[in-house]
Parts: sequence; C-alpha cells; structure tokens
Amino acid sequence: MTRTEIRNFLITIVLFALAALIPLSDSGFWLSMGITIATYMVLSTSWALFSGPTHYISLATGAFYGIGMFTVGVGIELLPYWVLVVVAAVIGAVVAALVGLATLRLSGVYFVIFTLGLAELIRQIVTWVQTTMGSSSGLYVLTNITEPIIFWELLILGIIVYFIGWWINRSRLGFALRIIGNDEVVAVHSGINTAAAKIILFVVSGTVATIVGALLAPRLSYIESSIAFSPMLSFIVVITALLGGAQRLWGPIVGVIPFMLVWDFLTATFPNQTTLMLGICFLLVVYAIPNGFAGLIEKYSHRLRGRT
Amino acid sequence: MEILLGGILLGGTYALIAMGLQLQYGVARIMNLANGEVLVAGSFGALWLFTGAQINPILAIVLLAPAAYILNYFIYLIFLRPLVRRAKSEGQLEVDSILSTFGISFIFIGLLHAIFGGEYFNYEYLEIPFEIFGQAYGVNRIIAFVGAAILAALLYIWLTHTRSGLRLRAVSVTPSSARLVGIDVERTSAMAFALGGAVTAAGGSLISMFDTFDASIGVVFTMKALIIVILGGVKEIRGTIVAAFILGFAETAVATLIDPGLTLAAAFLLFILVLLFRPQGLFGRQSS
Amino acid sequence: MKTFLNSKKLMLSVAAAAFTAVGVFGGDAAAQQTIKMGMSAPKTGPLAGGATVTHWPNVKLWVHDVNSRGGLKLKNGRAKVEVIEYDDRTNPGEAIKNINRLATQDKVDFILAPFGTGFNLATAPIFNKLGYPQLAVSAITDKIPTLTKRYDNIFFMLGSTSTFTGSVVKILKKMRSDGKIGNRVAMVNVADAFGIELAAAARPVFKEAGFEIVYDKSYPLGAKDLSPIVKGAKASNPDAFVAWSYPPDTFALTAQARINKLDVKAYYTAVATPFPSFKGKFKDAAEGILGAGGINPDTPELKAYFKRHKEVTGKDADYWASAVTYASFEVLGQAIEGVGSIDRKAVTEYIKQHEFKTVIGPVKFVNQNSERFWTVGQWQGNKFYGVSSEGRPGARPVIDKPDWK
Repeated sequence: MTRTEIRNFLITIVLFALAALIPLSDSGFWLSMGITIATYMVLSTSWALFSGPTHYISLATGAFYGIGMFTVGVGIELLPYWVLVVVAAVIGAVVAALVGLATLRLSGVYFVIFTLGLAELIRQIVTWVQTTMGSSSGLYVLTNITEPIIFWELLILGIIVYFIGWWINRSRLGFALRIIGNDEVVAVHSGINTAAAKIILFVVSGTVATIVGALLAPRLSYIESSIAFSPMLSFIVVITALLGGAQRLWGPIVGVIPFMLVWDFLTATFPNQTTLMLGICFLLVVYAIPNGFAGLIEKYSHRLRGRT
Repeated sequence: MEILLGGILLGGTYALIAMGLQLQYGVARIMNLANGEVLVAGSFGALWLFTGAQINPILAIVLLAPAAYILNYFIYLIFLRPLVRRAKSEGQLEVDSILSTFGISFIFIGLLHAIFGGEYFNYEYLEIPFEIFGQAYGVNRIIAFVGAAILAALLYIWLTHTRSGLRLRAVSVTPSSARLVGIDVERTSAMAFALGGAVTAAGGSLISMFDTFDASIGVVFTMKALIIVILGGVKEIRGTIVAAFILGFAETAVATLIDPGLTLAAAFLLFILVLLFRPQGLFGRQSS
Repeated sequence: MKTFLNSKKLMLSVAAAAFTAVGVFGGDAAAQQTIKMGMSAPKTGPLAGGATVTHWPNVKLWVHDVNSRGGLKLKNGRAKVEVIEYDDRTNPGEAIKNINRLATQDKVDFILAPFGTGFNLATAPIFNKLGYPQLAVSAITDKIPTLTKRYDNIFFMLGSTSTFTGSVVKILKKMRSDGKIGNRVAMVNVADAFGIELAAAARPVFKEAGFEIVYDKSYPLGAKDLSPIVKGAKASNPDAFVAWSYPPDTFALTAQARINKLDVKAYYTAVATPFPSFKGKFKDAAEGILGAGGINPDTPELKAYFKRHKEVTGKDADYWASAVTYASFEVLGQAIEGVGSIDRKAVTEYIKQHEFKTVIGPVKFVNQNSERFWTVGQWQGNKFYGVSSEGRPGARPVIDKPDWK
C-alpha cells in the first residue's frame, strides 16, 4: 500500500465510524436521513463498480432491489429473516448472472433500455405469480428490526462494497475492466476475457442491490410491487452516481450526500413545489458542475496542492 | 380478427407515444427523459381546451402542436444545445442529456401540478362503440389510430420527399458527414427536437380522449417510448412505427389468448429476444 | 462564468429570503396559542391522484372549520390549528423521513396519518416510538388485530380486506336469491398489492357461497389497453362482473365495459368508483354501478359537509374516504378538547375510551378499530349511496344495473 492509500483507508474508517454514531444521537430525523443516504450510497457505489469502468449504464438496480424485497416479503413467515437475506442474495446473484449472460452482445443504449425493461419484466412476473398462486394475505414484513439496526446493516454493507471496489481496482480484473471501458475491441485483442469480467462485476453489483432491498423490507412493513420495483429508484441511483462521478470509487458518495441533503431541504422549504425546485436545481448542477462533484473536488484539491 | 384489430388500435397508440422520441433521439441525439411529460402536457392542453372552450381534441392539435414546437425549440436552444456543444463524445452527451432532461421532466411535473393540481383527469369524448366484425371498439380509439396513421404518413413523406426531411435523415445517419455537405447540423437537430415535441404533444392530445392521466404519469409513457424506439432501431422512423405495431399485436394476443396479466412481460420478452438476435434493433444498421 | 456567479448570488438571496420568511412566521405563531399539526402525504407520484381527492382537501377544510370557530378549546383558552405539509412523493422512505422531521425538527404537537395502506404501515413504528396517535383512514388490511397489538397508538377506520370482499359476495348472494342474477361471476384484479390481496380473499368466499368464477384474470398496473380483459369477461357470459381495481383502471375498465356492452345486473369496480370525477366522466351511465365504500350522503351532517367541502376547497368530496378522513380529524380534535391539552398520551387514551360525534355518525374504537364502516356503495341518481355497511344505518337497497346505453 502506498502512503496515500493508507491515508485514504484511515479517512474512510474514521468517516464510517462517525456515521455509525448517528443512531446514538436522539434525532429520528437525522437517522432516517442517514438511512436514505446510506441506501443510495451503497446502491450507487455498487452500481459504479460495474458501470464506472465499463461505461455500461444499467437501469436494473430497481429490479434487484425489488427481488430482495419480495424474497423477504414472501418468505418471512416460513424462514428466519437472516436466512432470507442470504436467500435473496443468492437469487439476486443468479438472476444477475443470467442477465449478464443474456446481455453480452448488447452495448450502449440497447443495454440501457434492456435493463430498464428488465425491472418491469421481473415485476410483472413476480406479481403475476403472486396473483395466480396467491396466498390469502398481502406481503407483510412485521419484525422487530428497528431503524438503527437497518442503518448499521447498510453501513456494514457499504464498507464491504468499498472493500470490494478497492480490491477490484488493484486487481487484474479492475485493469481488464478499464480497458474494456476504453475500447472493448482492444480488450478482446489483448486476450482479456471480456465476457467473464463483465459478468462478474454485474453479479457483484446486482447482488448488493438485492441485499439492500432485503435489508430495507422490514422498514416498509408492507411490500407493494409498485414501490419495490419503482423505476425511479434506478434512475436516482444512476443520477447520483453520475453527479458524483462514476469513475472514482468515492465518486458516488460525494454525489449522494449533497443530492439527498438538497432534495430534503427543498422538500422542507417548498412542500408544494418540491418537484419543480428539484428540477431547477438539477439543471443548475448539470450546467455549473459538468464533471460531477468528484471532478470539482479534484480540481480544487489540485489547485490547493499547486499553491502550497 | 379481434386480436388483429385490437393490436392495430393499441399499436396506433404506441406509435403516437414513440414517434416524437424517435425524432429527438434518433436525429437530435437527445435521450429525452422529459418526453412523457410533454405528452402529458399535451393531454392537459387538450383537456383544458375541451372543457374550457369546447374545442375537440382533434382540432386542439392545430393549437397544441405549434405551441409544443415552439416550447421544445426553446428547450433545445436553452438547455440542450450547450450540452451538445460541450460534449466531447456521444457517451458524454448521453450522460449529460439524461441528467438534464431528467431535471426538465421534474420541472414539467412541478408546473403541471401547480397549474392543474394532483388529481386524476379525464373527460368524455366520442366514447361510443363502433362495431367492426361483430366486436365493439371505442370511436375515440379509432380516431387516435387514424391520427397516428396520418401523422406517421406525413412524417414519412416529409422525411423521404422533401429537402428538409433529407437533411434530417442525413444528420440522423452521420452528423459529421452531414456537416461536410453543408448541412447546419445544429439547426437541423433543433428542428428535429422541436418537431419531436410537437408530434408527442399531438399524441398526448389524441390519447387524452380515452386515457385517465395525472401530473406525475409521464414516466410511464417515457419508458414505453424508449422501449419502442430502441426496439425499432433508433435511427429509422419506420422502425419505430413497425415496432409500435408489433408490440401492440403481441400485447393484445397475449392478453386474449394467454393471460392479460402477462402483457407487459410478453412485450419485454419480445424486446429482449429481438435485441438478442438483432442487437441493433429491427431496422437498425450495423454500427455507423 | 459571470452568469454562474450571478445565479449563485441569486440562489443565496432566495435562500436568505426563505429563511427570514420562516423566521417571521415562526415568531408570529408563538405570539398566540397554536397547535401545530403535521401532515405528510403524496402530492406527486402514483398515489397523488387519490390523495388529492380524499386527503389534502379535508386537511384544508378541517383547519378552516376549526379556526373559523376560534380554534380548539383547551384548558387555558382556545388554540388555533396550523398545519405543516410535506410531500412524500409516494415513496415510503420519504414518508418515514417526513414523519421524523415533523416530530423532531418541527416539533409538531400532532401528526395526521399518511395516505395508503403501505404508508400507514411503514410509518407506524415511528408514530409508535415517538408516541403520536395515528388515526389511519386509507389503510385497509386484514392484519388489524396484529397491528393494534404491536402499536398501541394506531387506529383504523375504514375496515378490513375480508369484510370488503365479504360484503360484495353478500350483495351478490342477495341478488341471486332474489332471482336477479345467476351463478356466474367474472372477476378481474390489478396485479398490485391491494388488488392481489382482495382477489385472493374473494376467491374462497365466492366458491363457498356457491358462485362459479367463470373468468379470473389479472392485469398489470399501468396497462394501457384493458379491452381484451373486458372482451374476455364478456365472452365468459357472466351474471356479475367484479373488478378489484385502482384509480386509472377503474375508469378504463368501465369505459371498455360500456363500449363492449358488458351488460350485467351487478357491475362492481373498487377504488375510485365513488370519486366525483367518475360520475363526471360517465354521467348517466354510472347509474347502478357498485363500488368500494359508500356513505349515507343524505344525513344532515353529511349534507352540510359536502356543501362546506365544495365552498372551502372548491372541489367535490368523494362518497367514501373523504368524509371518513374528515371524521378522523374531528376525532383527534375532539380528543384534544376532551383532554384540554396537547398531552399526546392522554389524547391517545381519550381516543380509546370515548365515543365521538362526527360527520359520518358516531365513532367508537373497539380495540383501536372503528367497527362501523361502509363497505359497498352504488351510484343511484346523482349520488353514490352506501348499500352495505357494518354497523352504520341507512343502507339503501341495491338496484339492478340497467344495460349500458
């Protein structure tokens, strides 16, 4: 490890430790804010693991998230919760692998729309199965899992995702992915198994999203397909990651935090025009900060270093 | 027969949803996530004209389409042209246009919500049965289909038989070579984008005759439109129209023969299969 | 670059103005006694369409009614009511955050319940932890006993899934024994939580009652063309048509049923049938259509309520959840007056112990559940009348649905 790596590692640990203290304070509001941020932090970071280096924009996050939620919703009366999280992760991984195999030939916008359709397809199949083989009650997830626990679970998952991301960046796999992202033809010619590399990353990213869905199911108590498979979720994950900068491991998180804080400020200040104000802010960001927040931060840190 | 007719009518609706986006995405290269909101704005416009001034939704197009053209022209000039200019690559433009049109869609929702309120809207216009081969179909749906057919025919003739249409197609195929032969790519793109908006709003007006809508429903249309445009192969309006009808048939057939609960699943399955065997879409050409 | 600077400056000054505005408002409010209420429900997103009809206008109306008679009577004088509203954008995470914000940031005295079953259940733990009474209206579930056992501060007012399906079956049974319909029922449902739950609950009850379900299909949420469903139902030659539907498809199904002349003596669609816009769209064709909910709109209290609703909010109230939502606010207000302070614990206890006089008639909670509610209504003339209820008087007899014109 280089010195900067050790430094970054320590900073990360300290930040996570500080974040872990949030539930100990008395503010329910900041805790629920924290859960929102942690959710999107994990989702966006894991999204960027795959999409950052390969430049494949995936809108399948919502599909995996929904699979996680439904697995818990369907199984909660049969199996203990923790087992279900594992089951969900396995299902998510299998689906991701299948999708990865099916989409090998797609690139660019075709991949984008394919993944968008995927969420709808899975949602439909799930609800259709639910109707035709219907149990007599809806999907209720009533557990004793409280908000602080969910928050810590998400933080731990976040640390794991970071660790995986860091490890991938250092490994041959990360190198291979960056070459794929730059030029897939070159990658193939230099003997990289592009298919395997892409599928592995897609599986990692999909599994994480599935686990997030499974972890959040107890928070909702009542699982509805329109909410579990919300296309909005996939869009927001992409957007926060792009806002932050998907090329760097820490990019999505610097996108998620300001995005959620600003959104929340708007919700509180303009309760009747939240959506309108959010749209305006969005445009301001796109035009004023073209390279995402990560680009902005790097620019300023270079400048600072240049001066000292 | 029932499936055929139902499929044709539904396909017409889908064509109305998707043709505008094809122009915006295929020619102007803007993946416009606010497309559905423009459609809903068209629906609201038709509703407002119908309930306020008794102008029927078909005539309303005469007012709504030019208004949408102007509005979208300015959207392109103000918000999107700077992005096109600064984009270093097509990928960069894609990312930027996703972000900014997502913002624009929120602004649309916010404005519609502020003006009309959040409840469901619909009105009654020509919802009378018309029998074809012993099966009844709503007259408003048939009109929407005819409207779609006329719009599609006009667009197609214009694209293939006029100079400005030719310019549009040239930009669509390769913007860089279009520039070489003296085409003002920026102006053509702006025109395509604005025209796409006008077509979408006209579609919204026709669809509003039989649909229940509210300020936030646009994303549903955007998603459908994206899928149809990609299915048809992005660069060809013909592809989009064919794809719309294929989707209409597939959904009606599944709903009638198998189970209405699986219509969307069937549509997406079809979509996935097509992309697996023809990754460039039905009418797409292999990489430009 | 210069324009960006300007825009930043502009943003700052806007923000500053917003802050001063909030400050002035807050100072003003402290001068006289007020009770701060919080409300989080969808203003945008898929559920906004329903909430805008039955939820938001009633908040406005209730606050108007209370304040125009001088406020709520407390031990130490009258207190006006002020409501802080947030949009949850039909996102449960956002709803949880809003409730938390209302309680811990805005420090409101009471929180009005959110809109929708999922949203009430998702926020119930927060209401419970913070000790706010939660008078859930738009929440229909079979888990009421479980939920009230878990949360000692939640109250239900609109009934359970199985009473809902049960009373539809009861009506059909009555029509059958009167010789008006036969045994054949066509049933469809929207493939989303509530629709699936209702259909699953209805199947065994129909069979038990000796009905034959001749068509049983679901359709996806957001389906653009429901004509194959209606054509399929018609081809099965049913005596009754039952749709467990949501707002946009309630309209679409009925439009298709009319076009395809699906003539049955009993035609039922679920959510949104009692909406004024339903009548607005179908006019005379709405006659005889059965739907979820209902009310007895001819009582003097409700007549006055409908009139006030129109005057104050400019919109018509619907014939089901609107008045119940308003009644839930009345219950809260009367409980606060009964206790005479904003002691939330005492108010919750008061709600459990007492009977309340509201626009929908007396409301009393037994095990935190109001056991008197309407289940089925029918368009008769210009109003949607309750035709089946649990414990509420005034149910009208069911009429046969005339053929589509």
